[in-house]
Amino acid sequence: MSESAVAQAATAAADPAAGDPLLQVDDLKVHFPVTEGLLKRQVGTIKAVDGVSFKLARGETFSLVGESGCGKSTTALAVLRMQTVTAGRILFEGVDVTHHSAARMRPIRRRMQMVYQDPFGSLNPRMKVSAIIGEPLVIHGLAGDREAHRARIRELMALVGLLPDMADRYPHEFSGGQRQRIGIARSLALDPSLLVCDEPVSALDVSIQAQVVNLMMDLQRRLGLTYLFIAHDLSVVRHISNRVAVMYLGRIVEIADRDVLFNAPKHPYTEALLAAVPVANPEIEANRAQQIIKGEVPSVRNPPSGCHFHPRCVHAMPRCRVESPALRPRDDGRLIACHLYD
Amino acid sequence: MSEAIAASGAPALLRVENLSVRFRTDRGMVRAVDGVSLHVHAGETLAIVGESGSGKSVTALSLLRLIGDNGEIEQGRILFDGVDLGRLSGAEMRKVRGNRIAMIFQEPMSSLNPVLTIGKQVAEPLVLHQGLSWQAARKRAVELLARVSIPDPVDRLDSYPHHFSGGMRQRVMIAMALACDPKLIIADEPTTALDVTVQAQILALLKALTRETGAAQILITHDLGVVARYADRVAVMYGGRVIESASARELYANPKHPYTQGLMASVPSLDSDPGRPLQTIPGQPPDLANLPPGCAFAPRCAYARDLCRQGKPPLESIGPQHERACYGYE
Repeated sequence: MSESAVAQAATAAADPAAGDPLLQVDDLKVHFPVTEGLLKRQVGTIKAVDGVSFKLARGETFSLVGESGCGKSTTALAVLRMQTVTAGRILFEGVDVTHHSAARMRPIRRRMQMVYQDPFGSLNPRMKVSAIIGEPLVIHGLAGDREAHRARIRELMALVGLLPDMADRYPHEFSGGQRQRIGIARSLALDPSLLVCDEPVSALDVSIQAQVVNLMMDLQRRLGLTYLFIAHDLSVVRHISNRVAVMYLGRIVEIADRDVLFNAPKHPYTEALLAAVPVANPEIEANRAQQIIKGEVPSVRNPPSGCHFHPRCVHAMPRCRVESPALRPRDDGRLIACHLYD
Repeated sequence: MSEAIAASGAPALLRVENLSVRFRTDRGMVRAVDGVSLHVHAGETLAIVGESGSGKSVTALSLLRLIGDNGEIEQGRILFDGVDLGRLSGAEMRKVRGNRIAMIFQEPMSSLNPVLTIGKQVAEPLVLHQGLSWQAARKRAVELLARVSIPDPVDRLDSYPHHFSGGMRQRVMIAMALACDPKLIIADEPTTALDVTVQAQILALLKALTRETGAAQILITHDLGVVARYADRVAVMYGGRVIESASARELYANPKHPYTQGLMASVPSLDSDPGRPLQTIPGQPPDLANLPPGCAFAPRCAYARDLCRQGKPPLESIGPQHERACYGYE
C-alpha cells in the first residue's frame, strides 16, 4: 500500500463518518483582518479558525471543545454559513454549500438549525411562545392553514416536554430550563437533520442541566438528529458525545472516539485540559496527581510560532517552535497533531 | 484536615448563628437568607454550594455587611474572632473589611478600577489599613504580585487592568486580598468567568496561600467538582437555608438530604457512566419571593409528606460532623 492509502485506511477506521457523512468540513479557515487608522489599513490577520477538517456521521454527536479563543464557536457559525468563510469547503448532505448565496442557502437552512446558549437573550420577550416556535415555519412559507399550524406547534411543544396550554404565555413566565425547551422546539420546527448546539446547557442551574441533556439525547434517538455540540464543560461533553475534537487557537489538536479520548488523552493539551477538570469525588481528587499546566491561552492576534501550544507544553522540542504539526491518523484510530507522535 | 481542626476543640474563627437577611424589592419583601448557621476554623476551606437563588452569595455579602440600602439583617449573630460584627459601627466595620476579612469576586474586571494602575490598587489597602507610606506599600505590592505568580511584577506595577488577561486580573485580586494578611478570605465564584486550565491554577494558588498563612477560606460555588477538589467542609444551601453540612468526603460518600442526593446524581462526571439518562430533580429551583410555607424543597422531593409542607425542618446533627435539615424519609 502506498503511504496515502495507509493514511486513508487509518482515517476510515478513525472515522465512522467516512462513508456518507452528513457534514464534511475540509481545511476550513476563517480569518479576520485587523485594521488601523482612518483608512482602515490592514495591519494584521486574526486566524480564528485556521485549517479545520472533520466529518459528522448521521445520527452522531460530535463535540468541539477548547478554551476561549480556540475557534469552536466561529467554526460552528461558519458551518451554518452565518460567518464568512475565508478558505476551505463545507459539504452538507453531499452538497458543497461553501459559496452558496443567501437565496440558495435558504432551503438548506431548514435542514441545519442552531440551539443557543442563553435562553434569556435568544427569545423575543414580546412574542408568545406559540409565535416563537411557529415563526420559522412562517418565514419559510410552511405554516399551512391556521389549524395545521397550531397543531404543528402543539406537537413541537409536546415533543420537548412543554404543556400545550402554555402556548399563549410569554418567555418571562418561564424558567431557564423551560426557555431552553422553547428554543429547542423552535429549532426543530423545520425538521432539521443537523442541530448546532452552542453551549446549550451552560447557562442553566445544575439540577436543570440534567433535564435538558436528557431531552437532547432523547430527541436525537427519536428523530435521528445529528448534533454538532460546542461546550466547555467536559463532563457534559463526555456524557453526550460519540466523538470529540479538541481545539487550541484555531486548530484541531486531537480527534477521537469519546472513550479513547477521555480514557487515554494523547495530545499534551488534551491531557492538560482533562487534568484541570475536577471530578466530583473527593476520594478520587485526593489521590489524583495534580499537574497543573502553566501559563494561559495566548492571544489569537499573535499566536506562538510552530505548534501554537509549544510555550505551555512540557514535552516541547526545538522542532515544535518552527514547524506546525499536521493532524495525522494514528494506529488506535485517533487523529493527533503533535510531533511527539510523528 | 477539618476533622483534626474541629477535634482540637479550638473555637471557630467565624461563627454565624441563625442569620436572616431580607430585601425590599418590587415584588415585596424577599427573605434571601433564612436562619443560616455556619462556622469556619482557621486553616480550613468551607464551600457553600447552591444553585441560583439559594442565598449563598447573599450569605457571604452579609458577613461583611455589603447588602445595600434595600437589604436588612433581620436577626442573627456573626461572631468573627470573638467579636460580634453586627455590633460594629460603620467605621469599625471598614477596618475589618479588606483587612481582616478579604473578599474575592467572580468578575475581576468589574472589581478592579480601570483608570488606576495595578500598583496603586494593590498598594492602597496597605496605606489605608496598615499605615504604610506609598513608597513602602509599592515595595510590598511587588512582593505580593510575585507571590501570586505574576511575571515581572516590578514592570507590571504601572500597567492598567485592561493590559491583563482574566486569569492575571484574578491573581491581582488575590494579591489585593492578601495585602493585609487577612484571617478569612471569602471567594465568591472566583473562577466561574475563567477557562478551566486557569481555574485550576487560581484555585490551587488560593489553596496553597491559605495553607501557608493559616487563613480560613469560604469558597462559594455551584461546581461540585471544584468542591470535591478544594473544600474541607461543605454547606449545601437551598431556598435561603443550609439544608446539609458535612466534611467533603462524608457529604459525597453519604449525602443524606434528598436535594443533595439529587444534585450529586444529576451531575455527569468524568468518572460516571456516559450515555445513560442522567438522574434529574423534577421541577424548578424555588422563587425566593414565593417560597412554600414548609421545606422549600418539598415541591420537588419524592419523599415529601404533609409534615414537610407545614413546617421548616431545623438543621440537626445526624452523625459526627454531619448535619441535615429534613424530617426524614428513612
